[in-house]
Amino acid sequence: MKKGGTKRVKEFVEPYTVVGALTKGNAITKISLLIMGFGNIAHKQIVKGIMFLAIEALYIWFMAVSGIYNLSMLPSLGWREQEKVWNEQKSIYEYTAGDQSVLILLYGVATIFLTFMFIIVWRDAVKSSYKAEVLARQGKHLNTFKEDIKSLFNQNLHKLLLAAPIMGVLIFTILPLLYNISMAFTNYSKVDEHLVLFDWVGLDNFKKILDFGDSIGKQFYSVLGWTLIWAVLATALNYIFGMILAIIINRKETHGKAFWRFCFVLSIAVPQFVSLLIMRSMLQQTGIVNTLLLKYGLIDTALPFFTNATWARATVIIINLWVGIPYTLLQVTGILQNIPAELYEAAKIDGANAVQTFFKITLPYMLFVMTPYLITQFTGNINNFNVIYLLSGGNPTPVDATAGKTDLLVTWLYKLTVDKNYYNLGAVIGIMTFVVLAIVALITYRNTTSYKDEEGFM
Amino acid sequence: MSNVNNAAVSGAKVRKKVVNVIVHIFLAILAFIWVLPIFWVVLTSFRGEKGSYVTTFFPKTYTLDNYVKLFTDTSILNFPQMFLNTFVIAIFTCIISTVFVLSVSYTMSRMRFKMRKPYMNIAMILGLFPSFMSMIAVYYILKALGLAEGSMIRVALIIVFSAGSGVGFYVAKGFFDTIPKSLDEAAIIDGATRWQVFTKITVPLSKPIIVYTILTSFMGPWVDFIFAKVICRADAQYYTVSIGLWRMLEKEYIDSWYTCFAAGAVVVSIPIAILFLITQKFYVEGMSGAVKG
Repeated sequence: MKKGGTKRVKEFVEPYTVVGALTKGNAITKISLLIMGFGNIAHKQIVKGIMFLAIEALYIWFMAVSGIYNLSMLPSLGWREQEKVWNEQKSIYEYTAGDQSVLILLYGVATIFLTFMFIIVWRDAVKSSYKAEVLARQGKHLNTFKEDIKSLFNQNLHKLLLAAPIMGVLIFTILPLLYNISMAFTNYSKVDEHLVLFDWVGLDNFKKILDFGDSIGKQFYSVLGWTLIWAVLATALNYIFGMILAIIINRKETHGKAFWRFCFVLSIAVPQFVSLLIMRSMLQQTGIVNTLLLKYGLIDTALPFFTNATWARATVIIINLWVGIPYTLLQVTGILQNIPAELYEAAKIDGANAVQTFFKITLPYMLFVMTPYLITQFTGNINNFNVIYLLSGGNPTPVDATAGKTDLLVTWLYKLTVDKNYYNLGAVIGIMTFVVLAIVALITYRNTTSYKDEEGFM
Repeated sequence: MSNVNNAAVSGAKVRKKVVNVIVHIFLAILAFIWVLPIFWVVLTSFRGEKGSYVTTFFPKTYTLDNYVKLFTDTSILNFPQMFLNTFVIAIFTCIISTVFVLSVSYTMSRMRFKMRKPYMNIAMILGLFPSFMSMIAVYYILKALGLAEGSMIRVALIIVFSAGSGVGFYVAKGFFDTIPKSLDEAAIIDGATRWQVFTKITVPLSKPIIVYTILTSFMGPWVDFIFAKVICRADAQYYTVSIGLWRMLEKEYIDSWYTCFAAGAVVVSIPIAILFLITQKFYVEGMSGAVKG
């Protein structure tokens, strides 16, 4: 489909551009602006030209059949309510199909999306026609269809290999994301019965969420605060304790290194949702931990692991250590062994003790190597749905609130959409999560050497 | 003089020994904490007494009934069906994802074209959105395509698990980067096409990372919980094991199904644990690069 003239030159200079076709192209190329593939057909690239033409025909057919209607409905998102109509002939009530804003929005966004894709193909078609014209004028060889196919296995291999994965990402990641983002600007929610028909409301939802005075706004700031505290603590504690554990296991004098590692790695091998559900059931009010502690008289009343806000927050962080430390252990072990031994020997000769060696050699080295890993961990923790949802479920939740005391932005987003059907607020929370992560990523990614110096290795 | 020296040396030795013992005790306690929940669930799976409330750590009676019930009592929660569903979905997901991931990583590592950097940046940006933020939207798209009902739910789940895999190329790309480019260049001088370089040189050299990709994508459907829940909704017939196990802990089932949950957890964990331990081996091999110097 895409057979532009990108050659593998340094700056990816494109000799055949749409502007070039507009200003310098001949009549045939200019007709190609309207009738895609015309230039190719005129220059005997029949199959290629017909494929372009077919895509144009398909697009026009789609727009005529439903595309234009979809777009025309987009501003209003529909207004016809479902109605009961008396059918004289059958003497029964029949329901007329009312408008469904969700579908109107989806089809509208999808149509815009398709149009955008069509423009990309159109640009390709124009470039291709112009290229054919220029090459023909210069008396150079024009690729036949067979040669085009061949080039897909050679210099254009990336087009062949990327076609399917990119289609997958476009349709099932980017399109849904755009669709969901567009929901943030509507009143699609259970409030005032807007689940079937809803309208655009502009930035109202954002105002509501960011407003300190509003109850939703208050919850947002409290959830955001806890999300950040959680992400920092979970990342930092996992990293520090994991590293200390790795160092202890790696000591020359420690026996049975492989056995110790196996004990810890075993907990990762068990699917996370299984171990988390087990933990949750163990820590319930009547769970095994409380029962045993009560039985042996160590406590008088059951410990409120998930019913008291502070307890719940401490519990999820500690259990997350159980989940996370083995991962750090795995990552750190290899890197620890790579620290040049001379550094430690030199430190020993200079009379440094274990603590000094750790803070002056091990930690700086690890931080240098593992910054990208830490950033991924941090973003992963902000989006750590599993640990919170499966352990505490975000509880304890105050009576009049939608967000619990241990809810992260992601779990709150889930509750708002799936449980409460506040789709619009859910979408806003999603966008906010993205904004938080994007800020973190922008500050850090850009400063890491591995991003700047990607080619340095090769 | 020499006596004093000896005493100092032996003193240091004793201290070293004491430290060593303390370290090992410390490790033993930690290892115990880490293994304890796993040990407990294995015990529970063999427990004779029903229900979730127990007063002793070790079961009073042992039985295999929990496993038998798990695989034979299919009237309420059909575990064998869930297991089969997950297995089929995992196989297809694994094939599609592996092809996608390897294609994208090879392209990003070896080919140079205009859209390369933009694609990598977009992939990074997409990674910053909560992964299931778009789930509701995906559900409607699948519904519009007629994939959200009946047996098509399986297809829908395969799509959900594999379609987006084209953005997760970092690990494999990192591996391909370690294969010397001179190999490719030599082959191209000898008249090989890029496709031949990919299939005849890169792929055979990349066994560790291919196995790693295959296993991680195979495990995806087994350990995912939320995507399957959003897509399957109330269609219990198409549940994957994770939703099934989660349901066993819901209020209406927990009393009769609690020990079966433990049995199910063990049954799911064993193959996953084995696969994971294999994956680790290949991951470590993969990280140390393709051609060892």
